[in-house]
Order: sequence, then structure tokens, then C-alpha cells
Amino acid sequence: MVQEVTSPSPAGKAPQTNKLGLTLADYKGSPSTLCDGCGHDAITSQIIKAFWELSIEPHQVAKLSGIGCSSKTPAYFLSRSHGFNSVHGRMPSVATGAHMANHKLYMVGVSGDGDTASIGLGQFGHLIRRNVPMIYIVENNGVYGLTKGQFSATADVGSTLKDGTVNRQTAIDLCGLAIELGCGFVARSFAGDPKQLVALIKAALAHEGTALLDVISPCVTFNNHEGSTKSYKHAKEVDRPLHELGFIPFYEQITVDYEPGTVQDVEMHDGSHLRLKKLGLDYNPTDRFAADRAIHQSHKDGTLLTGLLYIDQETPSFTKLANLVDKPLSSLTPNELRPPKEALDEIMASLT
Amino acid sequence: MKTLARDSKDMTEDKKLIVNDFSIHVATVNGSGSQSSNTVLLRSIFQMGIPVSGKNLFPSNIMGLPTWFTIRVNKDGYIARKKEVDILVAMNPQTAVEDIKDLRPGAVCVSPVELNLDKIRDDVKHYVVPFGELANKASDNVKLKKLLTNIIYVGVVAELLDIDQKEIDKAIERQFEGKAKAIDLNVRAATIGREWARENLKKEDPYRVERLDLTKGKIIIDGNGAAAIGCMLAGVSVVTWYPITPSSSLCEQLIDYLEKYRLDKETGKRTFSVVQAEDELAAVGMALGAGWSGCRSMTSTSGPGISLMSEFAGFGYFTEIPTVIFDVQRVGPSTGLPTRTSQGDLMSTYFLSHGDTKHVLLLPSSVEECYEFAMKAFDLAERMQTPVFVLSDLDLGMNQWMSDPFVYPTTPLDRGKVLSKEDLEKLGGFARYKDVDGDGMTYRTLPGTAHPKAGYFVRGSGHNENAAYSERPEDYLYLMDRLKRKWENAKKLVPAPVIDHNKDAKIGILAFGSTHWAILETRDQLMKEKLPTSYCRVRALPFTQSIPDFIEAHEQVYVVEQNRDGQMLDLLRMEFPHLTAKLRSVRHYNGLPVDADFVTEHILEQERNAR
Repeated sequence: MVQEVTSPSPAGKAPQTNKLGLTLADYKGSPSTLCDGCGHDAITSQIIKAFWELSIEPHQVAKLSGIGCSSKTPAYFLSRSHGFNSVHGRMPSVATGAHMANHKLYMVGVSGDGDTASIGLGQFGHLIRRNVPMIYIVENNGVYGLTKGQFSATADVGSTLKDGTVNRQTAIDLCGLAIELGCGFVARSFAGDPKQLVALIKAALAHEGTALLDVISPCVTFNNHEGSTKSYKHAKEVDRPLHELGFIPFYEQITVDYEPGTVQDVEMHDGSHLRLKKLGLDYNPTDRFAADRAIHQSHKDGTLLTGLLYIDQETPSFTKLANLVDKPLSSLTPNELRPPKEALDEIMASLT
Repeated sequence: MKTLARDSKDMTEDKKLIVNDFSIHVATVNGSGSQSSNTVLLRSIFQMGIPVSGKNLFPSNIMGLPTWFTIRVNKDGYIARKKEVDILVAMNPQTAVEDIKDLRPGAVCVSPVELNLDKIRDDVKHYVVPFGELANKASDNVKLKKLLTNIIYVGVVAELLDIDQKEIDKAIERQFEGKAKAIDLNVRAATIGREWARENLKKEDPYRVERLDLTKGKIIIDGNGAAAIGCMLAGVSVVTWYPITPSSSLCEQLIDYLEKYRLDKETGKRTFSVVQAEDELAAVGMALGAGWSGCRSMTSTSGPGISLMSEFAGFGYFTEIPTVIFDVQRVGPSTGLPTRTSQGDLMSTYFLSHGDTKHVLLLPSSVEECYEFAMKAFDLAERMQTPVFVLSDLDLGMNQWMSDPFVYPTTPLDRGKVLSKEDLEKLGGFARYKDVDGDGMTYRTLPGTAHPKAGYFVRGSGHNENAAYSERPEDYLYLMDRLKRKWENAKKLVPAPVIDHNKDAKIGILAFGSTHWAILETRDQLMKEKLPTSYCRVRALPFTQSIPDFIEAHEQVYVVEQNRDGQMLDLLRMEFPHLTAKLRSVRHYNGLPVDADFVTEHILEQERNAR
């Protein structure tokens, strides 16, 4: 799925321009208006980095969101791309329609825990069920930021608001739910772990289907206090990375530099590779039951399990099932759009 | 039992034949397979060259509840609902007593012998038929017997009315196309009914059909099917919908057509994409996503769906994204009468969504206009970059209408103001919401356009002409005033009203949508009462100038519509307050299609009261 590029990669590490000759700045957006230190800005930076490093044409990207602090962020990256800030909880439907019209677009959706786990839970579920190819990032902070700090549906039992109010209702685990719904790429990350995050975004881009990234992204203003289970401090303490991730795009040489048995290599549809270097835990992300069990265990242990929780590349994508012509429907010519007079004549004859 | 009868001898003495001018009312149980028999009956008369219309009155249920099918046969071509039933075929024991009580004296009743309906009314001409026995002759299969009873009554009615058996056979063949066994069975059963009637019934009623030449080349179609054909010829590529009566058959028929006519010739792959959405919110969200991304997109729904689409409708209006939304109206509020017809969504759809929102509405009256306005709606949506609504209704959408064949479009698709990569290279950039041409309609680019300046940001929040977030008062004013200007310009683009100005008329009638068919008949009825009328048929909102001109030119104008509160009347009063005194209202809202007698009586009554 990664764009073919012609210009050679500049030698050496950290090139100033990517294969398209574009600088990192070409992938940036308007300055963020979120609070200083907001987790969302850290995620924005990794989105910019991933798209730039993979040399994806910005004009081939559509970025979409719903409503909330997280949903403001598409304005802060990829200013050359078309953006769509939709209505609350309804980004998945807009993304589905946009994809139907132009299945060549890379789509990145940014949502929050309010936007996804409450008002948008239905559309979130059906997007996954349809397996519409896109990256769906949930910037998860457990509170409604833009309306000043009410609990969201992902707030953990026992987590407190700033004023001491305790949440007693069960948290919705979007990763667990996504696995249940048949999502083929389910990952959890933390805004404070940029290395892991950027690798996951890149792998998600190579996935043919809906890729969910549930990223714990602390709200510095309303949910970063003692008692919050989604603060920087707490997340850092309980973060348990499943593996060390490395993403090798299809156009790069694969080198063997690891001890046998220490690394699991996942080959993506486009020929890219995702390398999972084991960290203590023996975890196989292609085992759906194990993934489910691990998520439940982490709830019990009060830990934050991050990394690629589950991957299944076998479920056919929405695009595949749609059986569409290769070119985007949006580029059909009038002759391709309007059937000829003979078609109408035939229909009319059948009605006389 | 006492009846409402005229003297029964009236009936027998009335030897005058009534040819090609009556209505047949078939009462059955839904799910019993009567739909195909009724279609056969309708088509066989149509094939004899006689104008017909068919209306299905059905419950919100799959099996076991009463349903009625009315066929109006009319040599003068009146195809509105006829209030009076001339011939009742009372096949449903649940409703038979009520059905027969509603008949006027002198009407005809065909019924199964077991129902004993002849004991209830003696001022009605009864034809009592042993349907059970006849069904035994037609088949040994218990399940089939039940189904075949329906085609047996077709045979009986055909004999009574003198419908050509050849036409019955032909209609059966058409109905069961390709299923030789079913054709055989049905033809045989119809013949059994016919022959029994010939041998056992004495014709004692005035109703007959006689071959005419008035339907040659005509088609029979429902409005949803017509709209579907229009959508396909408009080049729709993305269809997103959620099932709801009475709109489902629009998208279902459209999908069938697309599967046939919109496949790539070389690869057989689709040049369209369809999603049955999880709800109407998602359906319209997808339609807007696709409209933004450069496809002609649509959804179809009914009242409850329109309510759910409200937020996105305002979003589409404010962010200026084209899409087409069909509202096949049914009776509200709430679930209302889901299988009955209404024009009750006019007001709510016109202003659908919060804030200052006003939409463009097209109001087709005929199956032909369902077809034409479907194409028009896509052109308007892309020209104006806004959601365009087409308001049909259950009567128009789901009932069978006779029409001239549809004409292939002669004008190319109007894709509106879209800038390509080459345009951007010349221009060096663009401002998404800047009114360059002064018509309120701005330029857009599509996602995927290979130019660094092509991208822009769609947002439902305040934005300036560069599509950047803005809460500045002057930016908001510029945007809202431009949207108003754009909407004003819609008046030049929407279908103009059809006005028949009668120089002798002091009064005018103003109507829209499916009400049209009753008005045609009403005007003739009023003419017989020496009350000549003019007629203005509104075909779209916003109103064009010719509408106040029409009202101005008459002493009174009767606004006829199918809702309780007079929604069209209110819109006229709101936009033309100085003409309020001239406006009178006739409102029909019991769920049945409006009939001419109702309108005529109400106009005459108001005329009498005014004197």
C-alpha cells in the first residue's frame, strides 16, 4: 500500500528530505491550539513522522475526525492533505463514504474516547465490521476535555476526577471490543512512547483493513492528577510493552541482526515487515484468544499492555468485497457514469 | 337487517352499461400472494388499452393482516384514488363485514360462499363463489390451493367484466416470467374461475371493460422505480441507505439496475459502490463523505430517517457538500402510519437542522418527474454544493402508475465548480469558500488532486473563505450571507412551477406532489359546477416569483395538501405575508391518497360559506 517512489533515498541516517524530496515540515499542519503538554500533540508528531518517513504523497491522504480535542488534531498535521472534521461520533461513516468514492486514498481518522466509546460506538463498530481500510486512532484520555473534564466511557473503575468524584462504571476497552468485532489490526500505545507509536502507525498504514490504535494520551488539564489512571505518571508506571517494534517498509532491505527465536516477523500485504522483538513475555499477536486473555489479565493486574495486540490479515477488506474497478469512482468519466440510451430503452420495453 | 339502500329495484332497473369507468377493491390477507394476482388483473386491463392505476393499501406487517388493492379503470385517464368502490372482491374474512358495510348501494360484491355476505346487505349485487371447491380442482397441494384462490378470483372478475382471457394469460406469463410450471398452474386456475363464473353466474351489474387504444406505448411503474432509473442515468456512484418503508424499494430497484448497467465492460467490475448502513445517520454520513470525495452520492429514506439525518443535513449545508436525499414520505409523527401516505415532511425537511438552515427541495408529482427530478437533483446538488432533497410519498413511490415512457436525457451531467490539478497550476491556488463569481457558489477540489495547494479542511465549525477555523463575526456574516445568496440563486435553477392560467377563473388551486392527480379531476368536477379554476403546481422550494404572481392574479387560491397543519400554506404565508388573505386551505390527512371528490367538496363548501 505504500506509494511507489522514484527518487533514490538519500544516503545516511535521518535524511532531510524523503524519497519524494519533501521535508518533515511539508507534512506539518497549523500550530496546535491544544494545552501545552497535551498527549495529542505527541501523537500528531508521530503521525507526521510516519507519513514523512514512508514518503507518502500528502495529496493521497484524507484525514478525518469527529468532535472533541482529539478531533481538532487533523488540522495540525499534513496541511497539504484534504481534511474533514465531521460531526460528533460520525467520522466512520464519512470515512466510509470517502473511501467508496476514492479507494486509492490513505485514510487516517483521529477520534477520542468520547467520540468513539460513547456517541460514536455504533459507527465505530460498523466501520470495523465492514473492514474499511483506514487507520483509526483513538486519543484516549478518559475524559471529555473540550467540555471541561467529565468522565468518558473509557475511564477506569476507581479513577477520579479532579474534584474527587470516583468513576464506578465499567470502562469500555476499545481494543477488546475491536477484537471481538473482528478487527484485523488492534494496537495499544502510549503518547509517551514515540518509538513504539511511530512503528505502529507505519504498520497500520500497510494493513489492508481497519487498523485500530488506542493510544493513551493524557489530558494535562483535566486528567493528569493523582487518582487518575490515565495520567502520564500512572501510564508510565503501569506500561507493559509486549515487544519492541520495528517497521521495515517493503522497499528496504531486510537484514538479519537478531538471535533466532527472539523476534517474530509479520509480513504485511504490501511486502513490508513488522518485527516484534520479544520482551520477557511470550506473546503471539496472531492468536485471538491469547490477545483477549492478555487484555483481561491486564485489567485484573492494573497494567497497560501496549504494542500490537492482535493482527489478522486474512479477513477481506471492504474494498476487496466491493469488487470495484481499479480507478477511483470519483474519476469516472461522464460516459462511464451514464449508461447509454439502449439501457433506458431496454428498461422501458420491460415496463410496457 | 336495515341497510342504507336505495330501492333494490333501482339496481335491477338500471340497465345502463358503465364501460371502462369503475374501481375494483380487492380485500385480502397480507402475505397470501394476492399481490401477483392483483398485478395480473391490473395489467390485463392495461393491455386492453384502458387507462388504469393500482393502489396497494397494506399494513405494517408481513403476514396475516388485512390488505386492500384498488384498481381504478378510467377511460378519461383519471388515475387518482377513487373514493367510491364499485366492485368489491371480499376475500378476507377479518374485514369482510366492514368492507361490505362501506359499499354504496348498487355496488358489486364478489365473495366466497362461506362468508355469507349476501345475508348482510341486500342492496348490493352479490356474486357468491365456492372458491374452496374451485381451488380443490386447481391443485392437490394445500399450500398452492391458498395461493391459487387469488388467481381464481381474477378469473371470476375477468368473466364478469369481460376481460379478454388472452390478456390474462399474457399478464400471468409476464408475472411469472421464466417459471413455466407457475405459469401453467395460474393460467389453469384463472380458467377454472372464469369457466365456473360463465356457467354459474348471471351477469346483473353494469360494469364492463371494452378495448380502447389509450395505453399503447405506455409503461406502468412505481415512483421509486422511476426515481431509481433517474438516479442511474444521473450517474450515481455511491448509494448508502437504511431500509425503511416506503423508501426501501427505491434503493433496492436502483441496486438491481446498477448491477446490470454499471459494470465495467472489460472486467465486469462495478463502477458503483453500495452500503446498507447501520442507520440513517451513517447512511447520510457516507453519502456526504462520498460527495466530498467527488462522487454522485445518494440515500433514500422516510420521515423517521429524515429526523435522524438532521444534524448531518445542517453540516452538509454549512460545509457545502453535494448529495441527494430522497424522502418517500409516510404518515408521522413518530412511527405514525408507516404504510400510509402523507405530505407531512415538507416543513421539517425545508428547515432540517439547527441554526439558520434552508434546503432545496424538489417535489415530483408523477413517476415521470420522479425520474427527471432524480437527475435534476444531482445536477443541482453539485452545482450548488449542498444536499438536495427530493420529496416523494408512499402513494407516488410504491403504487403503480401509468406513464409515457421516459425520455433519455439530452443535457450533460453538471458537475459544478471543481478545480483540477491543471486549474490549480494555472491559478496557483484557490480559496475554498470565496465567492469568486458572485453567485454564492464557490470552487472546490477533490481529495486526491495532485497539487500541493489542493487540500482544504472541511469543518462544521465557523470558517473563513480559506476554510480555516474562524469565530470572527465578519467571517461568519460573510459565510451566512453568501449561503443565503446561493440559496436565492437556486430559484433560477430549480424546476419552475407548472401554471395553467384560466382567464375565466377567479379562483386558483395550488398543490404539489401526488396531490396533482386529484386536482386534475377536481378541476373538471368544478368546471361542471361552473367554477372555472386556474392551477399552479409547485415543483420545488425555494418558491420562484411566478408563485406569488399566480396568487396575486386570483381572488382566492386554495392550497391543497396532504398534511394536518397546512405546511405549504404556512410557507406561503411566511414568504408572502401580504397575500395571506387570499389563501385558503384544503387538507387531507387520513393516510389514504387524496381523492378528487374530497377536494371538490371542500372547495365548494368554502365557496358557499364565503358568499
